[in-house]
Amino acid sequence: MNTPSSASAASLPPLVVSDRLAKKALRHFKERFIEMLLFGAASVSVLTTVGIIWVLVSESYHFFETVPLWSFLTDTMWTPLFADPHYGILPLLAGTLTTSLVALIVAIPLGTTIAIYLSEFARPAVREIVKPFLELLGGIPTIVYGYFALTVVIPMLQLLIPGLSGFNMLGAGIVMGIAIIPYVSSLAEDAMRAVPMNMREGSYAMGGTKLQTALRVVMPAALSGILSAYILGISRAVGETMIVAVAAGMQPNFTLNPLESAQTISAYIVQVALGDLPHGSIGYQSIFAAGLSLMLMTLSLNLVGHVLRRRYREAY
Amino acid sequence: MVSSTTMRMSDQREDQATPQALSNTAGFRSLRSHGVVARVETAPVKAAVEDFSFYYGDFKALKSISLPVHEKRVTALIGPSGCGKSTLLRAFNRMHDLYPGNRYEGAIRLHPDNTNLLSPGVDPIEVRMRIGMVFQKPNPFPKSIYENVAYGLRIRGEGNRSVLDDRVKEALQGAALWSEVEHRLHDPATALSGGQQQRLCIARCLATNPEVLLFDEPTSALDPIATASIEDLIHELRDKVTILIVTHNMQQAARVSDYTAYMYLGELMEFGETSQIFVNPTRKETEDYITGRFG
Repeated sequence: MNTPSSASAASLPPLVVSDRLAKKALRHFKERFIEMLLFGAASVSVLTTVGIIWVLVSESYHFFETVPLWSFLTDTMWTPLFADPHYGILPLLAGTLTTSLVALIVAIPLGTTIAIYLSEFARPAVREIVKPFLELLGGIPTIVYGYFALTVVIPMLQLLIPGLSGFNMLGAGIVMGIAIIPYVSSLAEDAMRAVPMNMREGSYAMGGTKLQTALRVVMPAALSGILSAYILGISRAVGETMIVAVAAGMQPNFTLNPLESAQTISAYIVQVALGDLPHGSIGYQSIFAAGLSLMLMTLSLNLVGHVLRRRYREAY
Repeated sequence: MVSSTTMRMSDQREDQATPQALSNTAGFRSLRSHGVVARVETAPVKAAVEDFSFYYGDFKALKSISLPVHEKRVTALIGPSGCGKSTLLRAFNRMHDLYPGNRYEGAIRLHPDNTNLLSPGVDPIEVRMRIGMVFQKPNPFPKSIYENVAYGLRIRGEGNRSVLDDRVKEALQGAALWSEVEHRLHDPATALSGGQQQRLCIARCLATNPEVLLFDEPTSALDPIATASIEDLIHELRDKVTILIVTHNMQQAARVSDYTAYMYLGELMEFGETSQIFVNPTRKETEDYITGRFG
């Protein structure tokens, strides 16, 4: 009775063994097939990324054959449609940075406050009502936000700041901030809710209030997730297109003053994509150089986010 | 045979007019009535649980518990899983207030001021300022060692650096951790070992000079060596603070406590001096549990 199973397997008729092997081969084939299917699905995103980078780099290469990289990075004028064209990315970069900064000044404090409220203070019933509304806010098409900026927010700002132009980066940035609040708040809330209850109990047991517990214990514990939420918010702000295209004006303007109108990188790409320039022209190729700059910006943000996430990850 | 619990409860009903006087002698009287020679002098009562029931929603988890907690003594709560020992412990600092649907009935009076800790008029934060708690799983905050210990002082508004430095050092010494961490006070607390983290959590409580310290199975997540160091620490702390400890380890209860309460299915079966409970329990159920025949 104590014979190992291998001995008893050897005593079985060979037919049975081959039968089982055949089944195993079929199973192996099915496993392989499913693996290939999953691999194929995963490759779609990788191939798309590679394809996009290929197009951006190759078209930009033609662009940089005509326009030196140095003048692209240092020239303070962006006038590809003028008789005397200038291709300096700085005005578009300034527009992108200014609108993003205004958006973040709105979105980070509000998004964080909402996350703290929903995670630490709101009763479950309230949370069930507020969360869908936030998700709805995230689902509104950005073109709608653009016209909201143009017809509601900017006229209100004009009451406060006399002589403000009808297109400006302040109005566009504020509305863009509102548009990215859901991304910031929902990720930050997830991070805070993932903090184990025994951490909160430790703080309450010390005599901590809800606010002290939220700010001094839960937030530091969730820091890596909260930073990720901020980085995602910044990436969305940098890449955001329609709101700035509609409400920030379309003049490339080398300024960091949010009260002026300006064009962002993404808004310029929209303008050219509308079809003002012939294919293959240098102006047409300029959108790829601009797109490449935009992609490098978001890529470096993602890298920063990755580093921060690793650095502040808490092992509870 | 009359149990010490029922005996003491009937005492209580006789002279409810003077709960203080009664609770000071209740534990003593019940012990004497069983002819057990007191190993320690009967200490005054620091906290008295009076006819306390507790409900999780509709479920009655604790049934009319009455129990004295003696000052600067260690009282152990033992009993099989689900007997309500942790529930009783967590009532002392109103931890149940954090979750909806929980209900207290009866009183836990903290002396000398005779405050009913469970009264709705008493702010749970005030209660927790006086009563510290150490949890089953070490739960240091995601801060430095120093800031963990200073936490309770900071939330009480203490900002003076030299005061904080002194109190942090004192608390870490009190928790027998100072020599191990004095050169890395600003390292993250999560870098410490499990046993060190638990002693840090004890230091965190000591820093604010609590009147009562609650331990909820403080060694169940620790290895035997770390467990021994926590037990030694509890022995030392006994001179400074009133301690209530929940443990499922009977040897631990026998080693560290002066008084033991045996609970079963939400009821207090027997309370007495640890030596009496372990050597000469009055109830058969207690004896069965302690000798390992049950539970």
